[in-house]
Amino acid sequence: MRYEMIIGLEVHVELSTKTKIFCSCSTEFGGAPNTHCCPVCTGLPGVLPVLNEKVVDYAIRVGIATNCEITQYNKFDRKNYFYPDLPKAYQVSQLYLPICRNGHVDIETENGEKSIGIHEIHMEEDAGKLIHDPHEDVTLCDYNRCGIPLLEIVSEPDFRSADEVIAYLQKLKSIFEYLEISDCKMQEGSMRCDVNLSVRPIGSDKFGTRTETKNLNSFKAIARAIAAEYERQIEAIEDGEEIIQETRRWDDNAGRGYAMRSKENANDYRYFPEPDLPPIEISDKWIERLKAEQPELAHEKRERYQKEYGLPEYDARMITEEKAMADFFEKAVSVCGKPKEVSNWIMGDIFRLLKEKSIEAKQMVLTPENLSKLIGLIDNGKINRNTAKKVLEAIFDENEDCGKYVKDNGLEMVNDEGAVESVIARVLENNPQSVSDYKNGKQKAFGYIVGQCMKELKGKANPATVNELLRKTLG
Amino acid sequence: MIIDNSLIDYVASLSRLKVQESERERLIRDLGNIIGYIEMLNELDVAGVEAMSHAFDVRNVFREDTVEPSMDRELVLQNAPAQKDGCFKVPKAVE
Amino acid sequence: MEILRLSALELGNKIKKHEIGVREAAQAVLDRIAETDKIYNAYITVFDDALDYADAIQKKIDAGELSSPLAGVPMAIKDNICVMNKKTTCGSKMLENFLPPYNATVVEKLNHAGAVILGKLNMDEFAMGSTCETSYFGAAKNPWDDSRVPGGSSGGSAAAVALNEAYYTLGSDTGGSIRQPCSYCGVTGLKPTYGAVSRYGLVAYASSLDQIGPIGKNAEDIAAVLDVITGKDDRDSTSVSFDSGKASASLTGDIKGLKIGIPREYFGNGLDGDVKESVLNAAKTLRSLGAEIEEFNLPMVDYYIPAYYIIAAAEAGSNLSRYDGIKYGYRSEKFTDLYDLYLESRSEGFGMEVKRRIMLGNFVLSSGYYDAYYKKALQIKALIKKAYDEAFLKYDMILGPTAPTTAPKLGESLSDPLKMYLTDIYTVSVNLTGLPGLVAPCGFGSNGMPIGVQFIGRHFEENRLLNAAYAFQQATDFHNRVKGAAE
Repeated sequence: MRYEMIIGLEVHVELSTKTKIFCSCSTEFGGAPNTHCCPVCTGLPGVLPVLNEKVVDYAIRVGIATNCEITQYNKFDRKNYFYPDLPKAYQVSQLYLPICRNGHVDIETENGEKSIGIHEIHMEEDAGKLIHDPHEDVTLCDYNRCGIPLLEIVSEPDFRSADEVIAYLQKLKSIFEYLEISDCKMQEGSMRCDVNLSVRPIGSDKFGTRTETKNLNSFKAIARAIAAEYERQIEAIEDGEEIIQETRRWDDNAGRGYAMRSKENANDYRYFPEPDLPPIEISDKWIERLKAEQPELAHEKRERYQKEYGLPEYDARMITEEKAMADFFEKAVSVCGKPKEVSNWIMGDIFRLLKEKSIEAKQMVLTPENLSKLIGLIDNGKINRNTAKKVLEAIFDENEDCGKYVKDNGLEMVNDEGAVESVIARVLENNPQSVSDYKNGKQKAFGYIVGQCMKELKGKANPATVNELLRKTLG
Repeated sequence: MIIDNSLIDYVASLSRLKVQESERERLIRDLGNIIGYIEMLNELDVAGVEAMSHAFDVRNVFREDTVEPSMDRELVLQNAPAQKDGCFKVPKAVE
Repeated sequence: MEILRLSALELGNKIKKHEIGVREAAQAVLDRIAETDKIYNAYITVFDDALDYADAIQKKIDAGELSSPLAGVPMAIKDNICVMNKKTTCGSKMLENFLPPYNATVVEKLNHAGAVILGKLNMDEFAMGSTCETSYFGAAKNPWDDSRVPGGSSGGSAAAVALNEAYYTLGSDTGGSIRQPCSYCGVTGLKPTYGAVSRYGLVAYASSLDQIGPIGKNAEDIAAVLDVITGKDDRDSTSVSFDSGKASASLTGDIKGLKIGIPREYFGNGLDGDVKESVLNAAKTLRSLGAEIEEFNLPMVDYYIPAYYIIAAAEAGSNLSRYDGIKYGYRSEKFTDLYDLYLESRSEGFGMEVKRRIMLGNFVLSSGYYDAYYKKALQIKALIKKAYDEAFLKYDMILGPTAPTTAPKLGESLSDPLKMYLTDIYTVSVNLTGLPGLVAPCGFGSNGMPIGVQFIGRHFEENRLLNAAYAFQQATDFHNRVKGAAE
């Protein structure tokens, strides 16, 4: 029998607000343990939460970008469970009235575009970090992460392959990046993904029992975990076993998942409305304001680059993959006015250099102004394209001014005909054999002489000028 | 609603409380009485009545996204029954 | 001991005029505590630096830095309100050694006004109880009869005022916890409108019902305290600005034309005859002062207790989950793994009544029961509020008893929790609806124990309640007899 996989995702994204969701502690990553903490986020007796307005703004923006309905009257609820990373023993989240519902995100698959349903998006607080102390075999609790704002994006069970899952995650990542509200670093845990997976025989319309896999911290791990869980469930079914609804943890080093030990009734969360936080009412005006402020997203830029600048679809896609590169592109175009030229530089040398140095666009120090200047130097005949490539390579790491670099290294083209003529005279004098070969009709000899002249000129002359003057001299 | 041993055990474990055998009988009786009494609510037809979680209309109370100093770590940990390396220490929890 | 007989405002005035020193006043109260509190146990903690603090306040007064009429007046606070680096126990073994690293907003406001905080007052464990007997630190006793309870949960707060162990105190009221002990101890107390006083720093029992309020010797004193502690707080999202003007300025004593409704349902079976008579006599007095009194029917009364206990227990179950032996509070010695640590710490750290309410709360919220209990209770709460809203279209104020009886004997109540819960019948609806409620002494039972009458007002109409109580106290002396209590 052949089976298909049915996957739904719960994606948690940490928002890059300056402060936590319910207190004024910094959200900065990487502080010493328990140094970004206050009475509120450590859940001391008597404290109360106050909502960071930015979190609501960000949630609405994501809702708009994912075609959701905004729940104009929404509330927080408490999700109750005991765990040492949760100091209040409840997580403030949204169950009954989440801020966004019924959206969708379009992804590209090998069979064309596919729409993935968004069931809901809700706001909640992150939990702390637990560190295993191997010396004593105990767990240490660091509450710096407690109260970092999270959005949880719950998809419909619309995925049928790992590729679709990855495409969707990349799309979400791009949306967050373009909205500038999260850095979505899976390794640092600012984007986390739980995979709900079940299998069913192809053609069946009944869902099988699903499992939830956690601890997936790279796209590769997600793909591997999906493949492994898919195989495991099929094998179990073929062996006549029943799939148990359970939470599983993926061990990427071992390449296998395993069921987490769960204490009895772990899933009875006893949700109820959070009495310490009044409801949130989002006016039409509020939504309209955010819509008006909404920046252009990747797919919108992609279409515009094709239409407005005539870039090929592939190029437009590559340039918009990272927001930093799209920004670079647009800035360079606005400075030099040559979209195709800028695009060619990005698609060729810049992407090659980024890859060689294995850095991301947002880490690049080269400025669009400097690239524009470089393009200008070619246009003005100050340097030729080959020189420009070398200059770019040289200035790429430090963003040294390209004009200055050309000057300091004497790379400007020799446009003075007198100077070229004197070089020609010297070359002809030193190569009598080639001159006579040419005069005897050997065209190849002409090329050789041009080459010798260019060599003498260190490549800084326009080959066309050299050609012309040489023909004139040779008669 | 019948309050029996299994329900008491379930609710106790949800509450992370231990039921001492010596207390069990009394607990079943007391909770049974209380729950029996509150079931009086079932007499009332509340169809169409909006559940009211907040007694009056306060909405949209927000804070600006401005960082304020956090607490000294000493204070964060001053009441901790056990600590190590600037962290709260608990028996092994990581799976 | 004349100094102890002064009201808070009288003392404040004498301090301002330099007729009495702050240290002198504080010393007098500390001596009184040393003398009487061995018996009555109103205090859990008396601050050992209280006199130093009194001196510091005196300096500020001398420098003209304090303008509050309560500057320099010794007072005390229920032990579920956080005072920085002073033990805040909530009457529980769980928090026996808890030192809050921050001040509650009301404590900051009191400090700002120059209050001299002497210590922390006894209470039912985590404010759960109607007698002050569930305190881990032993029951407080009734100043009028030490074989009786002072009421609860703010039993220590009411007893301390009646005993002259503080000029005024703060309590908290989740289902009657200020008002009922005031009735039992013969003092005046107010549960303000929900949101009028910041809850930041009040250790939560039931967040949607909890409210801090003042207890004092008379309406004028508590009006002055209210002026100090109200106000919108950026740290409490449910707090609202209290812009009804100064409470103390509204005490005219004129209640002519005030429309007072008396719900017939509050005077039915279960109400002690003495209590009924005293409360109705109070109504007569108010009528003689010009108020218009009328009986009416208030629906939904039978559903108060079920709705209240479901909501309060559910929120309590959640609020008290944080006590797990990890960050603060009691940690058991006998655990082998994490699950055990939770189980043992919580089982050893909490008393029986607290455990019962936590379990009840987790039951009503547990999978499959939410709609039948919790959601239904919230719907009933809406209906109770509607009933009050309709009553307030006709009346400015509702008047009734506070508790069905006078203070019971120690040891009588805890054996049957349901029976104890039922005695909250006249107080809990005020918390469910967020309304203000004031209790003032209005008589004595044949057993000699005090009785308090309860005034319930519209949201933010504390001033009207205080003025009615003020007018009543101008015409009666029940509140003054209190000063002789336990002498």
